[in-house]
Amino acid sequence: MTDYRQKYKMTPVVGWLLQDRGGMILLLILIAAAILVPAGNLLVPEGSALHVPTWMLSLLGKYLCYALLALSVDLIWGFCGILSLGHGAFFALGGYSMGMYLMRQIGDRGVYGDPILPDFMVFLNWKELPWYWYGFDMFWFAIVMAMFVPGLLAFVFGFLAFRSRVTGVYLSIITQAMTYALLLAFFRNDMGFGGNNGLTDFKDLLGFSLQSDGTRAGLFVASCVFLGLCYIVARGITQSRLGKVLIAIRDAESRVRFTGYRVEYYKLFVFTVSAVMAGIAGALYVPQVGIINPGEFAPALSIEIVIWVAVGGRGTLYGAVLGAFIVNYAKTFFTGVMPDFWLFFLGGLFIAVTLFLPKGVIGAIPAFGSADRQSLLTSWRKRRADEGGKA
Amino acid sequence: MSEAAVMETHASDEPQVKSARAETILYVDGVSVTFDGFRALNSLSFYVEPGELRAIIGPNGAGKTTMMDIITGKTRPDTGDVLFKSEIDLTKMDEAEIANLGIGRKFQKPTVFESHTVFDNLLLACSGGRGVFQALFHRLSDAEKIKIEKTLVTIMLEDKRDETAANLSHGQKQWLEIGMLLMQEPELLLVDEPVAGMTDSETEETAKLLRSIAKDRSVVVVEHDMEFVRDLDCKVTVLHEGSVLAEGRLDHVQKDPRVIEVYLGR
Repeated sequence: MTDYRQKYKMTPVVGWLLQDRGGMILLLILIAAAILVPAGNLLVPEGSALHVPTWMLSLLGKYLCYALLALSVDLIWGFCGILSLGHGAFFALGGYSMGMYLMRQIGDRGVYGDPILPDFMVFLNWKELPWYWYGFDMFWFAIVMAMFVPGLLAFVFGFLAFRSRVTGVYLSIITQAMTYALLLAFFRNDMGFGGNNGLTDFKDLLGFSLQSDGTRAGLFVASCVFLGLCYIVARGITQSRLGKVLIAIRDAESRVRFTGYRVEYYKLFVFTVSAVMAGIAGALYVPQVGIINPGEFAPALSIEIVIWVAVGGRGTLYGAVLGAFIVNYAKTFFTGVMPDFWLFFLGGLFIAVTLFLPKGVIGAIPAFGSADRQSLLTSWRKRRADEGGKA
Repeated sequence: MSEAAVMETHASDEPQVKSARAETILYVDGVSVTFDGFRALNSLSFYVEPGELRAIIGPNGAGKTTMMDIITGKTRPDTGDVLFKSEIDLTKMDEAEIANLGIGRKFQKPTVFESHTVFDNLLLACSGGRGVFQALFHRLSDAEKIKIEKTLVTIMLEDKRDETAANLSHGQKQWLEIGMLLMQEPELLLVDEPVAGMTDSETEETAKLLRSIAKDRSVVVVEHDMEFVRDLDCKVTVLHEGSVLAEGRLDHVQKDPRVIEVYLGR
């Protein structure tokens, strides 16, 4: 027993990371990518077989942001059974925070040359900067807001929903309504976020031109770092006693209540953490793609995130990352080769995964079909059988 | 017991209830609750003494589960008092608060955390901090470990420690759930049909388990199985249409013509 205690005390974080094979592989790949991909872009001369073209660097950077978004959804869906179909909203809010900073960085280099007002405000004949644009000329403020605004929205939304014990399909529907409401709001020019066109024409970030390869490589490395950090945080949460309570809530919510836990607080905590991660993903995404518009709030996009997680393997964290890469690579491929078939392919993929790979791609790899995954599946099947019996 | 006799005992109960209230663990008085016009509980009154083992029987729809729901905070009564330890008003509290006061509840269907190991199931039920951040930074202490090991022995699952709960048999899940309740160190245990679907030997073991648990705390058992109630060897309360029909030793209530009528049909 003393041996166990010592081991536990000395290596709380390193200990569970070493046991987490999939996580170790993911972190090693991220470290390797953070070094090799920018090196291949900046150091290897063009024309060499090892050269990484800039478009590929940006594309991979974009995928990394999607992977972080998928991770945030898996944290609540895979471990606490909260199926959010509105996570795109938190991603977009993080993106808008970063977009506002980038807009203000343009300064007098815009089309209308106004030193303070972004172009779209001049175009709308606005004379003054709205109060909620104050502070976004400072990078640190934009970063804080990219996490704070999604977190606050998730906290308020979650407080109301979880306190009223809205669960299951009903919760999924109101998360859809939330992101749709934001979509409509951000479409309006009066909101002061560029309406339909959103925010674009960005020039530079912290003084570095967004067009230069060096900045793009830097953003790529930042994406790797944040994905890795968020993975460690998410794994830490799921490995703690709190994580066990979350899984217990997923499996038998009323039992958790009668055991004396305040289920709503636990859900609120993990939902807020997840929204902050989605916000970070959005903030990293916008400078790499160069635009943020209300389309990011589209309900269909939020549903797509859930498909990434389902394809990769729910309840594993690294599975969500893998799923985001697989589906988005397929999207890039299909929309290039036969754009009309992409949605059919996506729908077919979702059906195929649900039928043939209920544990996702990760679950199909024998080394990762661990006991926990196995029991997740049995409990899920059992619950479905129970629901069928009730109906 | 004739109707007049019941009326008489009920009437003479009045002053006793008042004095008894001072030393009850659970005091339910005049509780009524209506769902969409259906009166599930009709001025239900009974009390349980500290350390008592009590069986509650009654036909389907007698209000047994609703009564459990009221005591544990899942349902609010329309009228009436529910007091814990003679003074704590349970009708104002929610499930988590009531659980932390020391009232444990076992469901009819075994409800355990299927994806967790038997050990982790007990760990989660272990009395102690229930806060979000306490849970986030919690470390397993030796005291907790010893407590879990003890409970594993009590519920006869010590060799299943690292098995996921999903892989347990039906009876073993019931025991695990009882074990989880013990980890909460409740003063009052409410147990809903603990032997439904159990084999005969499991039923016997469970009766033994509950009797030994009742040595240190009060236990209220809702049950259909008459053999099992006989095994429990305790005072029995018969519910019918939301109120108490009869109370006493099992062989005594079984002779009550009203109980016979309710159970055997009219």
